[in-house]
Amino acid sequence: MEKFTHMTSTAIALEQSNIDTDIIMPSDYLKTIKRTGLGKHAFESLRYTKDGTLRNDSPFDFGAGKTSKILVVGDNFGCGSSREHAPWGIADLGIRCLIGTSFADIFASNCVKNGILTITLPEEDVAALMRDAKAGKKITVDLEAQTVSVDGSDDRGFEYNPQHKYMMVNGLDEIGQTLLVEDKITAFEEQQRLQSPWLYRELPQ
Amino acid sequence: MAKTLYDKLWDMHLVEDRGDDVGLIYIDRHLVHEVTSPQGFEGLKMAGRKLRRRDAIMAVPDHNIPTKDTDKPNPDPMSAMQLAELEKNAKEHDLEYFPMGDSRQGIVHVIGPEQGFTLPGVTIVCGDSHSATHGAFGAWGFGIGSSEVEHVMATQTLVLKKAKNMRVTVEGEMPVGCSAKDIVLAIIGKIGMGGGTGHVIEFDGPAIKALSMEGRMTVCNMAIEGGARAGLIAPDETTFEYVKGRYLAPKGAEWDMAVAQWRTLHSDEDAVFDKEVVLDASEIVPQITWGTSPEDVVPITGQVPSPDSFKDPNKRESAVKALDYMALHAGQDMLGLKIDRVFVGSCTNSRIEDLREAASVIKGRKVADTVIEAIIVPGSGLVKEQAEAEGLDKIFIEAGFDWREPGCSMCLGMNPDIAGPGERVASTSNRNFVGRQGPGSRTHLVSPAMAAAAGIAGAFVDVRNF
Repeated sequence: MEKFTHMTSTAIALEQSNIDTDIIMPSDYLKTIKRTGLGKHAFESLRYTKDGTLRNDSPFDFGAGKTSKILVVGDNFGCGSSREHAPWGIADLGIRCLIGTSFADIFASNCVKNGILTITLPEEDVAALMRDAKAGKKITVDLEAQTVSVDGSDDRGFEYNPQHKYMMVNGLDEIGQTLLVEDKITAFEEQQRLQSPWLYRELPQ
Repeated sequence: MAKTLYDKLWDMHLVEDRGDDVGLIYIDRHLVHEVTSPQGFEGLKMAGRKLRRRDAIMAVPDHNIPTKDTDKPNPDPMSAMQLAELEKNAKEHDLEYFPMGDSRQGIVHVIGPEQGFTLPGVTIVCGDSHSATHGAFGAWGFGIGSSEVEHVMATQTLVLKKAKNMRVTVEGEMPVGCSAKDIVLAIIGKIGMGGGTGHVIEFDGPAIKALSMEGRMTVCNMAIEGGARAGLIAPDETTFEYVKGRYLAPKGAEWDMAVAQWRTLHSDEDAVFDKEVVLDASEIVPQITWGTSPEDVVPITGQVPSPDSFKDPNKRESAVKALDYMALHAGQDMLGLKIDRVFVGSCTNSRIEDLREAASVIKGRKVADTVIEAIIVPGSGLVKEQAEAEGLDKIFIEAGFDWREPGCSMCLGMNPDIAGPGERVASTSNRNFVGRQGPGSRTHLVSPAMAAAAGIAGAFVDVRNF
């Protein structure tokens, strides 16, 4: 996974609340067996008309929107289906950071696995960043310092899970990290097998 | 210290405490389907890692499969490829796999409980957000993404942040004509779509305890529509009776040992919840959604709300968009709203009791001429067999309903069962998102009885006086 320490970029503002993962990645595109190439379908209904041509109000496809690495979003972003195709599509668009008032739990956890930082800030801060995004200002996100700033303004601090921060900043593979404590998993299984033997079975080969 | 049921499940599965409320949690059960697993299997292979416990997996196709003409090749080559990939992975790893045509095949969240794979006290995951369903057994079930699917395959664990505790108590007795679906829609209407975010919801109270296992699964299934990754109901005699004798249920002396353990799975009397909500079931009227989010819900006797009634400007704007998409106007009665299609099915409402509920309304009546298609999709092959043994299929077919093969069907627009642009669907599924049942489709979430009645009348009616 690519490391995430800090970055500066213009941002795209998506004000609508309750943007669900069906909007982020419509079910038509879940029939892939790969993780890559989903960017062209991400946020399809906000970017294309029904006949497949680009909408002239697409926030992603014109001017600064084409290179923005940050999305400032409405409340309860990423609700609904657990599809990781949603963050895969976002990452494929080149977006590495989402800032909003709240993110759905499964979506936020899927983002961590894909090196996308989700920053939760109070409503007034998000509203201010929404205005900055629309004004084309550059936003600086520093994960190591856990701050967000705009054009050298005062830093706003944000909370972030320390374990996730460690993974993101070092670009670590979570499975590899977990397997470092494999002996503890084995010990747990031995104990559980005594207490709840019905949870283990011999499946014929 | 007094613990909630969720606290107990967390402690029972904690492999390593990492501080800051983060833990390495052991996963007992993993349901695998075609859409969210290919990347997990591929990742495992590419990293040269082994599957840790194949006995902890049950694999089944459900999302992409057609529910009619199932003897013909899948009409969508992309779906066919994904389904072939699941079968290949199941063979390669020697998994317990129920292919199409096997009576044990069905929707992941229907077959897990049916096979006794879902048991009280287990952690059970699936790459599907409706894994909350399994909480009905006092199991900690939750949806995961494909990277987590791979993590579970490789390590049988997940790194999780402990959620907060929320309790929704449903007092009183549910009125005749209402069902578990109405209870859960009323709850979501009350707490909102993000009301349970960051929490695990325990459902409690006399109206919940009075529900059958099927009803409890309907309630927990939609916990995620209230933002909660998991819903829970403490196991009791109803649970044990449902589980006993099923394929993977403990047997003999192990059964007694298991029940003794399961009886401890409840929140302690003085346990403290971070958030508490109380509802009175006796006030519940059959529910129906009007908008494009499950929180957009009113009683069937109600009207479409005015966007101006929302204080939050974002919600107001969302309501304007929703009314435009749904072709409804503020103040419009829900009663009498004409429909084009009926869908009875999905992991929310495709179990035997749901089909009985629909049949009791349909018996001896006919689907309205104006309805394009009315389909009833059992949740599994075993549900289908049971329904046919009870003669329910005849009731449906005689009334003009289409009786289908098991699968996710019209819940999510990933298989041939979709509604056309602008078509209005009376649906027993769980999400009324924009385009969820097909591009431009208009979904109204209701109970099986309400969907069945709408099919007969050709419009939404109050099933209590139908």
